[in-house]
Amino acid sequence: MIHVENLCKKFGDLEVLKGINCHIHPQEVVCVIGPSGSGKSTFLRCLNMLETMTSGEIVIDGDHLSDPKTDINAVRTEVGMVFQQFNLFPHKSVVENVMLAPKLVRKLDKGEARKRALALLEKVGISEKADSYPEQLSGGQQQRVAIARSLAMEPKMMLFDEPTSALDPELVGEVLEVMKQLAHEGMTMVVVTHEMGFAREVGDRVLFMDGGIIEEEGDPEQIFKAPKSERTKAFLNKIL
Amino acid sequence: MIGRFDWTGVIEFLPEILKGLYYTLLISIVGLVIGFALGAVFGLGRVSKNKFAYAISTVYIEIIRGTPVLVQAIWIFYALPLIIHYTLDSVVAGIIVIAVNSGAYIAEIVRGAVDSIAKGQMEAGRSLGLNQRQTMQHIIWPQALKRMIPPLGNQFIISIKDTSLLSVILVPELIFQGRLIAANHFNAVEIYTTVAIFYLAITLTLSLILRFVERRLNVQ
Ligand SMILES: Nc1ncnc2c1ncn2[C@@H]1O[C@H](COP(=O)(O)OP(=O)(O)OP(=O)(O)O)[C@@H](O)[C@H]1O
Ligand SMILES: [Mg+2]
Repeated sequence: MIHVENLCKKFGDLEVLKGINCHIHPQEVVCVIGPSGSGKSTFLRCLNMLETMTSGEIVIDGDHLSDPKTDINAVRTEVGMVFQQFNLFPHKSVVENVMLAPKLVRKLDKGEARKRALALLEKVGISEKADSYPEQLSGGQQQRVAIARSLAMEPKMMLFDEPTSALDPELVGEVLEVMKQLAHEGMTMVVVTHEMGFAREVGDRVLFMDGGIIEEEGDPEQIFKAPKSERTKAFLNKIL
Repeated sequence: MIGRFDWTGVIEFLPEILKGLYYTLLISIVGLVIGFALGAVFGLGRVSKNKFAYAISTVYIEIIRGTPVLVQAIWIFYALPLIIHYTLDSVVAGIIVIAVNSGAYIAEIVRGAVDSIAKGQMEAGRSLGLNQRQTMQHIIWPQALKRMIPPLGNQFIISIKDTSLLSVILVPELIFQGRLIAANHFNAVEIYTTVAIFYLAITLTLSLILRFVERRLNVQ
């Protein structure tokens, strides 16, 4: 579903991604871990072209991202993204946040978009806040709305960039719960996270990134219990 | 002191002063509406990735901000017609001056407001599959507009006061009318005081309207 071949990304002279190769299969949940600055966010952002790659190739569901003829907006509708800082639209109510893209991009009429939005808000457990504004919500609630907003486009896969890092510890659980449910429903997910519990329980595979490459990858149990690489060991010792 | 002046005489000249008020308001309103449109276009040029749009906008803004309004007015009324071989009516020239001048300042206001909207908003919109224009129109612009209101209000007031300089290009606005009357009837104190009060009335009214709009927008 996602094929990444020799992906390189430079910011000026700074080489952030130095040849990433990976294949992510339909319905797979891949967790990406690694130290700060190792390029996890950049990798994720390349997958939906928020960053343009310097060289290499990414193929998403058959679309080659390096091909200038690829309709990037169309690709993005298939790839949902959830940000660390939620990035809800503060001038729109919760339900309007969720309705906006289906209305504009999928051309749903208002009634239909609203119906779909309310169903999704129900799913993430926040339908009673439909007419509130984002600033009136807790961080955990905002992040669940952001997930619903992404799902409203009915994407084929979802990218999460540290979705719980900006949350108070007691709010992390409710967001992970929603993500777990998504995973069980068979959503293809790439999740940058430091929630090792989540990676273990839900992840099919863990990628450990360091210095712009995938240093080690494998089954979560194997990575956490018996990492092969010294750098993986050192990193896990620090955070566990 | 006050007794020496013939304040009732002002009433006699009121029609002429009101004519001046009419032109002051006409030029302010039409000029600022066009100025806002120019400001929006060139402000978006300043935040555009398109190098050409950016360069044109920057040149326009720098030229206007780097020269006095008075010079702009005289240039547009006396010099421009020689270049385009077309004589401009002074009111039309006045509207152009206010539009072009306020447009440059409003462009910087627009740029500042758009820049102040967090990058994450654009990314959130784009990652949902909205194109650049849709994201601008539905996500960035509504938020930026709200932030623009206080500085826009300032600029409106400055431009309204700038219309008084248009008397040098013979626009029959408030101070032009005032000077005409005062020169013929030796009632400078009464007439110029009245004119000043009219300017004050316009700018104070605008301030009140703006404060009202701001309050309305802040309660959601
Ligand atoms: N837009 C940019 N311009 C220049 N350098 C950037 C840009 N974005 C990221 N970088 C640099 O690229 C490197 C990798 O950043 P990235 O955000 O991908 O790391 P990360 O693994 O997500 O780290 P963290 O865990 O702190 O989020 C960092 O050194 C960062 O400073
Ligand atoms: Mg990051």
